[in-house]
Amino acid sequence: MLLRNTYNEFIKIVSKPRSFLGFGALTILISLIIFAMKMDGETIVSFITASFEQTLSFNGKIVNGNLIAFIILQMLVVHIPLLVALVTGDLISGEAAMGTIRMLASKPISRTKIVFSKFLAGAIYTLLLTIWLGILSLVVSHLVFGSGDLIVLNSDGLVILQEADILWRFGLGFCVAFLALLTVATLSICFSAFAENSIGPIVATMAVIIVFTIIGSLDVTVFDSIKPYLFTTHMASWRSFFEDPIPFESIYQSIIVLIIHIVLLVLITIFKFNKKDITS
Amino acid sequence: MENQSVLHVKNLSKKFGNFEAVKDVSFTVNKGDVFGFLGPNGAGKSTTIRCLLSLIKPNSGKIELFGKSLATDRAEILQNIGSIIEKPDFYKYLSAQKNLEIFARISGATVTQREIAEMLDFVGLGNRAKDRVKGFSHGMKQRLGIAQTLLHKPDLIVLDEPTTGLDPQGIIEIRNLILRLKAEQNKTILLSSHQLSEIELIANRMVIINQGCSIVEGNVQELLNNEETVVRVEIDSSDKAIELIKSNLQISTVDRISATIFEVVMVKSRAPELSKLLVESGLQIQAIEPKRKLEDYFIKIIQS
Repeated sequence: MLLRNTYNEFIKIVSKPRSFLGFGALTILISLIIFAMKMDGETIVSFITASFEQTLSFNGKIVNGNLIAFIILQMLVVHIPLLVALVTGDLISGEAAMGTIRMLASKPISRTKIVFSKFLAGAIYTLLLTIWLGILSLVVSHLVFGSGDLIVLNSDGLVILQEADILWRFGLGFCVAFLALLTVATLSICFSAFAENSIGPIVATMAVIIVFTIIGSLDVTVFDSIKPYLFTTHMASWRSFFEDPIPFESIYQSIIVLIIHIVLLVLITIFKFNKKDITS
Repeated sequence: MENQSVLHVKNLSKKFGNFEAVKDVSFTVNKGDVFGFLGPNGAGKSTTIRCLLSLIKPNSGKIELFGKSLATDRAEILQNIGSIIEKPDFYKYLSAQKNLEIFARISGATVTQREIAEMLDFVGLGNRAKDRVKGFSHGMKQRLGIAQTLLHKPDLIVLDEPTTGLDPQGIIEIRNLILRLKAEQNKTILLSSHQLSEIELIANRMVIINQGCSIVEGNVQELLNNEETVVRVEIDSSDKAIELIKSNLQISTVDRISATIFEVVMVKSRAPELSKLLVESGLQIQAIEPKRKLEDYFIKIIQS
């Protein structure tokens, strides 16, 4: 029954026009970034590397597919949560708004399984969006700009990664980025169980991300103790794969925090949905 | 077999905050019944039905379906129920067929594509199977709703206000569909409505609820026949007929409306006696029409 309903949920997601907004928006945004970098990328990068050119000399093609993919990820990971929440925030509340929740909850499937199947379908959607992001940023960038070593500017300085040493970093980076987006998806599904309309959970999810991000960026001692527990602190952990050496310990911690968030949010959703009187 | 209980509700109650939507509802639906669940708007009908379908958790009371408790055998029970709660809402962006496929997958039964097509034909939507529900009229959605309730071949069908919002043609279509379900498939049907004429036409048994309490339960015809009825008579001489009735039938409440029309207040079961007396008297009868129907009975019960 769980798999059957997961299939149902996925059919519902792919049948809604709004589900393709994310894919469309990513395609347009990445195309624009690639176009802009093709037109003006050398100037932008030379402006950044200018301060290093007195001590270092750069040979080869700095503006290459790897750098463009990295820049795209850096720019879009902040915005993709909205595209995810747009779909997942509607999964339970959308049924309440449409009235189909009555039909669904009066079928011989437990409410816990309904929540699980919605979570699984939301996870598949998030995964597909992440894969689409990967295809567009990596494949298209490489087709347009070619390959090469990756130069990353971190807070510690400049990191130069060999061409052969990059692809697996992107692979693992996308896995952690998916986990971060899945946390966002689960948060919006959780809000969705409390609401009877689609807009509320989407706005609430974005509000939480904005507030947590602001708390995380404020250099105030009083917030230092909570920062490690905010999921937004760990949303950019994919970037750690582009450091040398890779801080695996910190990445593991981020993965654990994100997984704990996902588990807790799913449990809250199940509890709320099971307790809910369906009166809509 | 006919008296085998399919649904038994005892002392059901449900509160929303301080508001007691259902206080004390009890009734029994037997196998093969078309059971009318009657009450004015806000009486607690929908809340009771939502409790039966486990959409709402009651505060107290007992619900047994097919001899099993809903509290412990929910999934098994719901496999054997088809329902429309208030208006049937579907996924508007999907076709009628896709909607049925969605609900069939979680119905607990194996439903083939052929059965879905047959069901759409049964409700008269065979030629609209591939159309999105978005463009369906309310009546078409109701018929699709009935198709959805029948997909997994349940024994009990729960229809909550199935004709609300329909035009007269739609009401007749749904009424005929319900009668076909009873006649062709011998389904047990729980039909909630505030449209009393509908219950009178379709149901064999009923319960009336008001302000969250069940007031009366029984056979529709028996309940109505035992009640006083106003019989309107059109005849060539009201005065002669009234005199005849008063002296022979010992009925005191006879109102002369005009020289040719009068009304008699009497128990409905005595109407044949009245007809016989008037026919044998040689007076020319234009019409004998019982006026009191379920509406009057219902209002009387509610007011009491």
